[in-house]
Amino acid sequence: MNVTRTKLHRAIVLAATVIAMGAVSGCHKKQSGINPNSLGPTPTEAAPAPTATITADPLAIDVGQSVVLNWRTQNATTVTIDGIGQVNANGTQTVSPSNSTNFHLTAKGDGGTAEANVRVTVRVPEAPTAPINESDMGSEEVFHQNVKDVFFDYDSYDLRPDAQASVTQAASYLNAHPAIRVVIGGYCDDRGSAEYNLALGENRANAARTALVNAGVPANRLRVISYGKEKQFCTEETESCWQQNRRAQFSLDR
Amino acid sequence: MFSPVRTSTHSPARLPFWLAAFSLLLLCVPALHAQDWFKTSTSSGAASIRIAVADFKPLSSDPQTVPFKHTFDTTLYNDLANAGIFDMVSKSLQPQATPGAPAEISLAQWSQAPASAAMVAFGGFSVQGGRIICNGYLFDAKNTQYPQVLAKQYDSAASEDSARQIAHRFADEIIFRLGGGTPGIAETKIYYVKLAGGNKEIWAMDYDGANQHPITHLGTISISPRISPDNTRLAFSSLGKQGFQIRMYSLLLNRTVNFPIAAGTNLSPAWSPDGKDIAYSSSRTHDPEIWISDANGGLARRITSFRGPDVSPVYNPKTGSQIAWVSGRTNLPQIYIMNTDGSGIQRMTDSGYASSPSWSPNGQFLAFAWNRKYGPGAPGGQDIYVMEIATKRWIQLTHDSGPCDFPSWSPDGRHIVYANSADGRAAHTKIWTMLADGTQKHALTDAGADMPNWSWK
Repeated sequence: MNVTRTKLHRAIVLAATVIAMGAVSGCHKKQSGINPNSLGPTPTEAAPAPTATITADPLAIDVGQSVVLNWRTQNATTVTIDGIGQVNANGTQTVSPSNSTNFHLTAKGDGGTAEANVRVTVRVPEAPTAPINESDMGSEEVFHQNVKDVFFDYDSYDLRPDAQASVTQAASYLNAHPAIRVVIGGYCDDRGSAEYNLALGENRANAARTALVNAGVPANRLRVISYGKEKQFCTEETESCWQQNRRAQFSLDR
Repeated sequence: MFSPVRTSTHSPARLPFWLAAFSLLLLCVPALHAQDWFKTSTSSGAASIRIAVADFKPLSSDPQTVPFKHTFDTTLYNDLANAGIFDMVSKSLQPQATPGAPAEISLAQWSQAPASAAMVAFGGFSVQGGRIICNGYLFDAKNTQYPQVLAKQYDSAASEDSARQIAHRFADEIIFRLGGGTPGIAETKIYYVKLAGGNKEIWAMDYDGANQHPITHLGTISISPRISPDNTRLAFSSLGKQGFQIRMYSLLLNRTVNFPIAAGTNLSPAWSPDGKDIAYSSSRTHDPEIWISDANGGLARRITSFRGPDVSPVYNPKTGSQIAWVSGRTNLPQIYIMNTDGSGIQRMTDSGYASSPSWSPNGQFLAFAWNRKYGPGAPGGQDIYVMEIATKRWIQLTHDSGPCDFPSWSPDGRHIVYANSADGRAAHTKIWTMLADGTQKHALTDAGADMPNWSWK
């Protein structure tokens, strides 16, 4: 769902870029004719005013590709392009900017100064972005709404059908939020041996971890700690309390 | 005493044989068969030695003499009573006399009824110039010509603790001499987990519950203390940022020493009897398995490979070539044994929920916690059992006293220390001790103590 929306979004952005570029380059092409500006007010002295045009082909590239700049000036003694330096009065040059650049040409002559611009758009490939800030793991609240603890039968570390559903939901949330790292805590109810329960808690946390990895969550974002029966969620001797203690609990690994 | 043993044994018809074997473990020398319920079934006819312990004679006027001598007298009497091999003469039946030296004792007084003692321990006790001077004797009351069995002199800085330690040493001399050559346990220690708020620290105490003091101050959850066979190092497992990891504490340096961190949960260390290796449960492969490394954590190698929890290993202290441990490979945890290279796996328990094995010093028995009818709403509870490895026959040692766990054999094989919570609440757990036949149960600590581990010597 998210992926489709992102693709659509990208298509719109691309289309908008192309239209915008068309508009810009159109403007420049007008300049390549007789530029009314370049004529300027009738010079009082004999020296004619310089004229300048610059074009780029193509106007939009992917990063790593190159662009041919083509400029023409008249009546100029010094011609410079920002970022390139002093150049011949007329010329071409191949450049490969790493990001979108304004090439600004200045032609100075005895009759004054003329300027011309061309903008080259560089398309930098972007990773699909999440709606939230990427460096942020998001709030605990949202995390726990989407990544719910999974519960186990007594003395068991097999995922039940309800746990499978929780894990599927958790995996899709984690896959959409690649910045999130998770600690999976393994817990047991307070019956039985403390040492055995620590091992059992490890198996429970690992069952949840394996399910997440199988659902596409990279293993290096998951950390497992078994707490056995050393950290009880509740201490009543009832089945409902025991059940709450028999779980794999997900928390943000900040 | 007799009936619970009968009801819980698999084959009552062969009971006498089993009990005979068991009493051999307890007493080592056939002539010293002590407990009368064994006599009933083995018909050996041997009585336990009847021993009288005279109050020692105060031999100085130092004001510290009286309180320290009281500590000494009480400790000596309790050590001999705890040993499980003596028929103690009650102090109320003893002569009033307090002989301080061999010349002062009238043996007839002690050998006659009502004392009827076969042996008499007596001596003199004084505090002089800040030191305790104590002369202890053991006399054979029936041998009028050469009655002296033992004479010992002790000299040590005066303190309550010294008075206790001197009594322990003298008691161990008597037990060693009269107990078939098996060293006594009065100088041994018990390491355990002490609940401290939400944390658990490792503590130590004398075998009789005296001198309880903390070892670690880590401010986290530290469990499963296991003392090295030479009493120099304590291995345990502690919760840190990386989960539970094996930690090592030097009792010589009085600080934790390095032990490498491994991935996953690492817990329940166990020393090999030569002190060179440690077996423990490690989940570095994302599944808890038994691993063995050297005592510094090097050369770690995996011994088991079966899906499911594998935990709580313990070496056969007699041979060092076998390990008993707990495995959940068939769902509920059961006790298994194997060779230290992972071969020769045998399942020992057939049902229920079995955990926390401890291997007897002579290599013949396993003590463990077992809930034979485990499950929601099932009757019965978690109790301490002893199983003879060769026959897989077992007896139940605790009954209806609340959940029991973590049995640990004393080095003489005559005692088992364990944890019990009368109402099942973890915070109410106390450490108890009993003879290995389930008699003479008494608590060593108040509530909040768990996971005892008896030192090797």
